[in-house]
Amino acid sequence: MTVAEAPSQPAKPGRTRTNPLWPTLAMPGIIWLLVFFLAPMYVVLAIVFGQVDPIFRTPVPVWNPLQWDATQFTYVLSRIGPGGAYGPALIRTGVYVLIASVLCLAIAFPVAYYVARLSGRWAGILLAALIAPFWISYMMRMLAWVNLLQDDGWVNRIASLGGLFDVRVHWLTGQPVVVVLGLVYGYVPYMILPLYAGLDRLPQSTLEAARDLGANRVASFWRVTLPMCRPTIVAAVLLTCLPMLGDYFTSDMLSASPKTAMVGNLINDSVQSPGQTGQAGAFVMLVLLATVLPMFYYVRVTARADEVST
Amino acid sequence: MRGPVAWWNDPWRPPRVLVAVTIGYLIWSLLPVLIAVLFSFNDGKSRTTWQGFSFRWYWGDETRSVWHDATLHQALWQTLKLGVIATLITVPLGVMLAIGIDRWRGRLPSGANMLMLVSFVIPEVLLAVALLFAITSLALPIGLGTSAQVVGLITFQIAYPAVLVRARLATIGNQYEEAAMDLGASPMQALRRVTVPMLFPAIFASTVLVFADVIDNFVLVRYLSGNSSTEPVSVKIYNTARAAPTPALNALATLLLAAALIAVTVGYLFYRRMTRGDATAGKGIAAFAGEA
Repeated sequence: MTVAEAPSQPAKPGRTRTNPLWPTLAMPGIIWLLVFFLAPMYVVLAIVFGQVDPIFRTPVPVWNPLQWDATQFTYVLSRIGPGGAYGPALIRTGVYVLIASVLCLAIAFPVAYYVARLSGRWAGILLAALIAPFWISYMMRMLAWVNLLQDDGWVNRIASLGGLFDVRVHWLTGQPVVVVLGLVYGYVPYMILPLYAGLDRLPQSTLEAARDLGANRVASFWRVTLPMCRPTIVAAVLLTCLPMLGDYFTSDMLSASPKTAMVGNLINDSVQSPGQTGQAGAFVMLVLLATVLPMFYYVRVTARADEVST
Repeated sequence: MRGPVAWWNDPWRPPRVLVAVTIGYLIWSLLPVLIAVLFSFNDGKSRTTWQGFSFRWYWGDETRSVWHDATLHQALWQTLKLGVIATLITVPLGVMLAIGIDRWRGRLPSGANMLMLVSFVIPEVLLAVALLFAITSLALPIGLGTSAQVVGLITFQIAYPAVLVRARLATIGNQYEEAAMDLGASPMQALRRVTVPMLFPAIFASTVLVFADVIDNFVLVRYLSGNSSTEPVSVKIYNTARAAPTPALNALATLLLAAALIAVTVGYLFYRRMTRGDATAGKGIAAFAGEA
């Protein structure tokens, strides 16, 4: 067990030496993550900053960081900038994700609040119904909407009120509304559960104190409940936002049109096209940055919340 | 039993808006899926017009039903295979990782914890593309197909049991383990005979969660599938949903749904039995939904 003894820092007085059991237990998982999570990210870097084979258009990874060539990366960056070819998709992704997150919160918060705090004896059944979408495949839920939104599907039929009006909306050909609502439909369950957990844990006594001290329902909600569950809301929004940023299949299933392409679609389209692998990698790196930074923020927020609560 | 008028005038009833939003949300979230399930039993080829009840798309049709069309039942088989293999490897790995980094203090384990959390939240497509690049540009012993899919799924899911088990470890504290060691148990014995039995509900719940998550997975398994023979159900649905499919696709999706629901129900009943009389374990279905 030399693993535990390897760090040569002198044992501080009053602190027991690390038991070699714990590193032994953690090592397989840590090695797995290093090999299959961190190392592939380095491969992406080597491809992004590598060369492209001039004949076969296949990527040639360059392993030595000193020989890295930023041509592909700057190429993608230049096309992202104002007037670039990727700009619209990036802006679209931002707008879609923003609208979808706001709608998700607008649906998820009342539902979670009701189920957690007011539903009484119905809580068990309601919670089971809220969890159910987790066990239903995302693709199946999208398939359900593909069926409903066909040209002769039920949505058009209900909208035409049994033949009263002639409604022939082609829902599935590049309608931004459908894509945004699809995102909301797909990701709302992932927001409700963390919100439910946070609202369920709010101390009832604090809220009763607020009411006793003269706050009405609205005031006690606004000045006690909401501030107390702010970390939960941040967590829930991040948990739904971040997967949405990489989403391409919702747009593919519900619109299949470049008019609603998101960043995920750009990655997905360029991964398999020859010569564009490096660009896909550059996108991966950019999205990774956009993801990891809020993540660090979230960890800091929750760490502070833990300090406050203990 | 009170009448609706009395309910309406009751000053203590829950706010009507919240009730309406909740009921509306539940209908909106579940009704489309129920309709899709319903149409898997349609007698005709349409997925929008009801033409009578039959099992035609399950086994009745000689060529295009799930039972007779090899590409469809292969997809289902592949999904269940990936689910079982990935879960069996992910859960022990994640549980060990959780216990290890929870008890081991220092820079390295907290770095590992951060790495694990990042792997938990990054968009799946990033991990999928990175693994695809790694597997195609390096001479690894892992080829695209089932083995690559399993590796990808484990990497993506490993944080799940780890997070749940760490939450449970925080709830039970280490006083039981210290008591065991005061009474003469070695750390290994204390772990095996005190901590692991107490962690068992969390381990079990995470097993069911990981399984349900794996059979739902789409992005990773699509990128890492070598050819159409290793495409699971989700990829099948994605590939054919917009290309005029028959209700056999609905039938396939319904079978997957049934598998997931059976796994979860059986798991939940077991979990309830297991935690009966245990005041420290979470009660009810909430604890089972991943909030230990």
